[in-house]
Amino acid sequence: MREIQLEVLRYSPETDSEPRFETFQVPCQEDWVVLDAINHVKDHMDSSLTYRWSCHMAVCGSCGMMVNGEPVLSCKAFIRDYPDKIRVEPLANFPIEKDLVVVMDDFMEKLKASKPYIIPKEEKSIDDGEYLQTPLQLEAFKQYSMCINCMLCYAACPQYALAPEFVGPAALALTYRYNKDSRDGGKAERAHMFSKSEGVWECSFVGACSEVCPKHVDPAAAIQLGKVESAVDYFKSFLMPWSR
Amino acid sequence: MEIVSADVAIVGAGGAGLRAAIAIAQSDPSLKVALISKVYPMRSHTVAAEGGAAGVIRAEDSLEHHFNDTVSGGDWLTDQDAVELFIEDAPRQLTQLEHWGCPWSRTPEGRVNTRPFGGMKIERTWFAADKSGFHILHTLFQTSIQFESIERYDEFYATDLIVEDGHCRGVVAIEMRSGRVFLFHAKSVIVASGGAGRIFPFTTNGAIKTGDGMAMAYRIGVPLKDMEFVQYHPTGLPGTGILLTEGCRGEGGIMVNKDGYRYLQDYGLGPPDPWPRKKAMELGPRDRLSQAFWHEQQKGNCVSTTYGDAVLLDMRHLGEKKINERLPFVRDLASSYMGKDPVHEPVPVRPVVHYMMGGIHTNIDAATPIPGLFAAGECACVSINGANRLGSNSLTELLVFGQRAGLGAAEVARQVADGMPAGVETQGREAEARILGLFDREDVGESVAGVRNAMTASMEEGAGIYRTEEAMQATCDLIGQLRERVAKVPVKDKSKVFNTDLMGVLELEAMLDISQTVVHSAIVRKESRGSHQRLDFEKRDDEAFLKHSLATYRGADVPEISYCDVVITKSQPAERLYGGAAEAAAKEAKEGGSGEGKAA
Repeated sequence: MREIQLEVLRYSPETDSEPRFETFQVPCQEDWVVLDAINHVKDHMDSSLTYRWSCHMAVCGSCGMMVNGEPVLSCKAFIRDYPDKIRVEPLANFPIEKDLVVVMDDFMEKLKASKPYIIPKEEKSIDDGEYLQTPLQLEAFKQYSMCINCMLCYAACPQYALAPEFVGPAALALTYRYNKDSRDGGKAERAHMFSKSEGVWECSFVGACSEVCPKHVDPAAAIQLGKVESAVDYFKSFLMPWSR
Repeated sequence: MEIVSADVAIVGAGGAGLRAAIAIAQSDPSLKVALISKVYPMRSHTVAAEGGAAGVIRAEDSLEHHFNDTVSGGDWLTDQDAVELFIEDAPRQLTQLEHWGCPWSRTPEGRVNTRPFGGMKIERTWFAADKSGFHILHTLFQTSIQFESIERYDEFYATDLIVEDGHCRGVVAIEMRSGRVFLFHAKSVIVASGGAGRIFPFTTNGAIKTGDGMAMAYRIGVPLKDMEFVQYHPTGLPGTGILLTEGCRGEGGIMVNKDGYRYLQDYGLGPPDPWPRKKAMELGPRDRLSQAFWHEQQKGNCVSTTYGDAVLLDMRHLGEKKINERLPFVRDLASSYMGKDPVHEPVPVRPVVHYMMGGIHTNIDAATPIPGLFAAGECACVSINGANRLGSNSLTELLVFGQRAGLGAAEVARQVADGMPAGVETQGREAEARILGLFDREDVGESVAGVRNAMTASMEEGAGIYRTEEAMQATCDLIGQLRERVAKVPVKDKSKVFNTDLMGVLELEAMLDISQTVVHSAIVRKESRGSHQRLDFEKRDDEAFLKHSLATYRGADVPEISYCDVVITKSQPAERLYGGAAEAAAKEAKEGGSGEGKAA
C-alpha cells in the first residue's frame, strides 16, 4: 500500500468562477492505475467528483485526461510509474464541462465531416458475398482503423491549441484510413478534409499526436502521407485534367 | 421538461442499437429515429469484445452444425425457431458488415478468415485480430453517421419507458450536460442497452453495464426471462477482470494447473491429444471450463496470486509471430495489467462474470409482450443462448436481432397516428418529479459505494459458479434489504451539470432490481443446467425445468417467477458431450443410423 497525493482539477460551472485544485490523500494498491485512485475518491471521499470512464482496459476511449501534464488514458497510467504527487486535469485544448469532463462537440463534428464510412467503389449485393481484400490491402489501412477516439492526440497537438479549426490528427487519420481501403471510392468526396487550409497543410509535423497515441495509430504518418497524395493530386489536376 | 418527437426512440447506441437505427434509416428514411445513449456510441461495451462473430462461411461447415453447437451448448434451453433464424441470417449480417468496411482478418486469397471457438464443431468465427467488437462497433457507428434521419442524443441517461393505453409511446431521459429532463415521445421504442455484469464484483463488463434498460422494461411489466443464467468466462485476469479472449485457446493456447497438468481432461473434455481440436479440452464450452476451475480450486490445484486463486493460460508455444498477428491486444493487456508477456510466460487467469444469457422477454421478431416495445442485444432474451451462450454468438446476435428490432419498430411506427396522447406528457412529468425528488433525500449515512459493494459481494456468494439453497436464500434476503436501503442513498452533488452522483443512484436502483430477478429465478430452479449449477440439485431435470423462467415485477415485493415453454423444432434434449465422449457417441450414432447430437 502506497499513499499518494492526488491533486485533481475541480470546476463546476454552476458554482465556480474558475477551476481550482483539490488534493486527496489516496491509499493505493501496488498495481493500481490512476483511474483506480480516482474511483477510490469517488467511492469513499467525494461522490461529486466527475469524470468519464467505462471499460478499464484501454479500448473504450472514455477516460483520457492529463496526468502530470501528459495526455493519457487514466485506466492504463500505472501509479507505480509516477511520483507520490500526481496531478490530474481534463484533456487540454477542450472546454471543461465539469471537473475532468470536457466538451466533445468539436471532435464529434470533425469526425462526421471526415465521412468515415465506405463510399463503395463498385456496388455489390450481399448475396454476392464479401469483397476480396488481400492481407496486403488490409495492411494498407489497418493501422489507421485502430483509433479509439480518445482525443489524446488533440490534447497533445500544438496546432490544434493555436487554431481550433484545424481538422486534427484523429479525424485526418480516419479520412486517410477510408481513402486507403481497397473497397472505397470516396477519396474525392473526402478531398476537402485534406486539401483545405484547415486540413493536412495546417499540421506543422511536430509528431506529438503519434507519441501520445495509446493505440499506435500514428496519425502524423497519415497526415504526411496525405500531404504527399494531396499535392500529387493537385499537380495531376494540371497535368492530366482527363484523369479526374 | 423538454419534449422531443420521433417516430422510433432507441435506448442504447452499442452494436444492437446502431444496427437497429441503420435498419430503420435504410428501409424508410422518412422515419425520424432518436438514438439515445448514456455514453457516446464508441464507448458502448460492444467495443470490448475481442474474439469474433460466428457465421457459417466455410465449405466444410453447415447451418446444421451451427444449429447443433448452439442448441447443445445452451443445454437445450434455446428456442430452436430463433436459433434457426439466427444461424441462417448470420452470414448475411457479417457480410453486410464487411461491405460497410469492417476490417475482418483475411486469408492469403483475400477471403474472410475464420478461427475456432469453444463448443464449435467447425471454425466459424469471423475475427478482426483480437479486437473484433471494437471494429464492429466503430464500423456501425461510422456507417450510421451518413444517415440524416438518425438523430443522436449522446450522453442522455434514460430512466423510464412510457406506456399509454397499453402501447409503448416514449422514453424519459436526463441530458447529462444540462441536467434537463427530456421526454422522447415516439410511436415505437427499442431497448438495446446491454447487460448487467456490474451486479457482480468481478466482471469483464465496463462501468456502464448496469442493466438500466432491462430494469426499465421490467418495471413497466415486461418479464425478464432466464435471468438465473449468468456466464462466467473462464479466462479473466485476476484483480481487474480484464478479458483474455477465447481466441487465445482457439489459436492453440492451453490451460494448466499449478503442476502444469492440463486439468480439463479430468472433467469430461479429454483426452488432451491431439491438440488443437474442436469441441474438446480448451475448446469446450465456457460453463464447463469455469466449473472445472471451481473443482481445481477445491482440490488445491490452483496457483496463488495477489487476487486469489488462478490457473494458467499458456500460449508460449504459439510463438511471437503468431501472437503478434492474431492476439496483439491480449499480449498488450497481459503484459501491462498482469506483468506477464504471453510470448515468454503463462498468464494467470480465473473465471469472471461476462454475459447475461437472460434478459427482456422477446419473441423471434425482437418484440416484447408490450405493443410498440422491442429489445435486442444482451439486454434481451430471444432466446438463442439458452443456459450457456457459445462464444462469438453474441456479436452476431446483436446484428441479426438489432436489424429485426429496427424493422419491426419501423413497421409499428408507420401504423401509429401522429400526435401525442395527453397521458404521455403526464407520465413524463411524473418521472421528472421523481428524478428531481432524489435531490431532497436526507443524508442518513448511506452511500452508492456502500450499498453497491454489499450487493456485488452477496451476488458472488449466492449466485456464483456453484449455488446452494442456503447461500441463495441469504442473497435473496440481503438484496431485499438493500432495495430498502437504496431508497435512502442521498445525491450529495446538488449540481445539474453532468451529475454522475445522481446517475450512480439511478444505476444502483436498476442493478438491485436486476440482482433480485437473478437470485429469485435461480433459487426456484431446482436443477443444474448450463451455467446454473447447484450443489444441492446436481442433475438436469427436463421434466420439471425444460422451461424458461419469467420474472415479473411486483414493486417493493419480490418478483413473481413463472415459466413458459421452450420451442423445440428438431433437436430433442440429449446429454451434452464434448471431447472423446462426443466422438464416440457420434460414431455410434453413425453406425446406428441416426443423426448427430441425437437430433430427432
